[in-house]
Amino acid sequence: MAADPLSRVFAALADPTRRDMVARLAVADATVNELAEPYDVSLQAVSKHLRVLEDAGLVSRTREAQRRPVHLEAEVFDLMTKWIERYRRQAEQRYRRLDDVLRSMPDDETAPHRPPDTGAST
Amino acid sequence: MTTTNTHETEIHIDPDVPLVRITREFDAPPDKVFRAHVDPDLFARWNGPNGMETRIDHHECRTGGSYRYLMVDDSGEYGFYGAFHEVRPGELIVQTFTFEGMPDGVALEKLWFEDLGDGRTRLVTTSLVDSFEGRDGFVASGMEVGIREGYERLDQLLAG
Repeated sequence: MAADPLSRVFAALADPTRRDMVARLAVADATVNELAEPYDVSLQAVSKHLRVLEDAGLVSRTREAQRRPVHLEAEVFDLMTKWIERYRRQAEQRYRRLDDVLRSMPDDETAPHRPPDTGAST
Repeated sequence: MTTTNTHETEIHIDPDVPLVRITREFDAPPDKVFRAHVDPDLFARWNGPNGMETRIDHHECRTGGSYRYLMVDDSGEYGFYGAFHEVRPGELIVQTFTFEGMPDGVALEKLWFEDLGDGRTRLVTTSLVDSFEGRDGFVASGMEVGIREGYERLDQLLAG
């Protein structure tokens, strides 16, 4: 079974070069040559990175004969970042409540509270 | 007093293993943050998403202990349970985590309480599951659209 869509997107964005390419494509479409310019790697290597991004659904290439500019599929990118941001916000809400609980606790208590039915030992 | 940005919760979605890491700092020493995890009454006060109440069934946070609690809101009750595999006061909790609606699914969670000095703690939590789909389900859960609709929409986008 193939990796699910979200995992493919995560995997595609795990590479710093690919993240950088996505960041540049967020500004404007670019050709493979334009994308390859700032990197000290072969065109083939850049094409390989692009294929990974394409397979993940993050970028597409239009069929304009010669130029074939690469286009960022912002909706796919947004959906994934929304999922992560939502998850992060939930954790943040939980931990803000923990902040409040910590503020309400006395400083000097060292013995952890034990449930009544396990307090017999020690 | 600085803004809450100094305690930003960080999420790391590992690309190589089905793991999520959550990192957050607290203005309290490790012993105290640890106690807020061990004490059932304190734990119930901060656990879970907004708008849901945590009802503790049992919570024996010691090596070899176990827990079970219910998350309750208007839509119903959702049970969660697990075992405390290793508990070292002020330092580490290793536990399993299962949603009763998916009894075959289990996450292995590690909670590290790192002492930052000056009465501060960095809490690093990792959740490891046995498939990427399971991991992504964790991350996507709680979205209004739900994981199924989310995947359907993503499939549509990818096909389009």
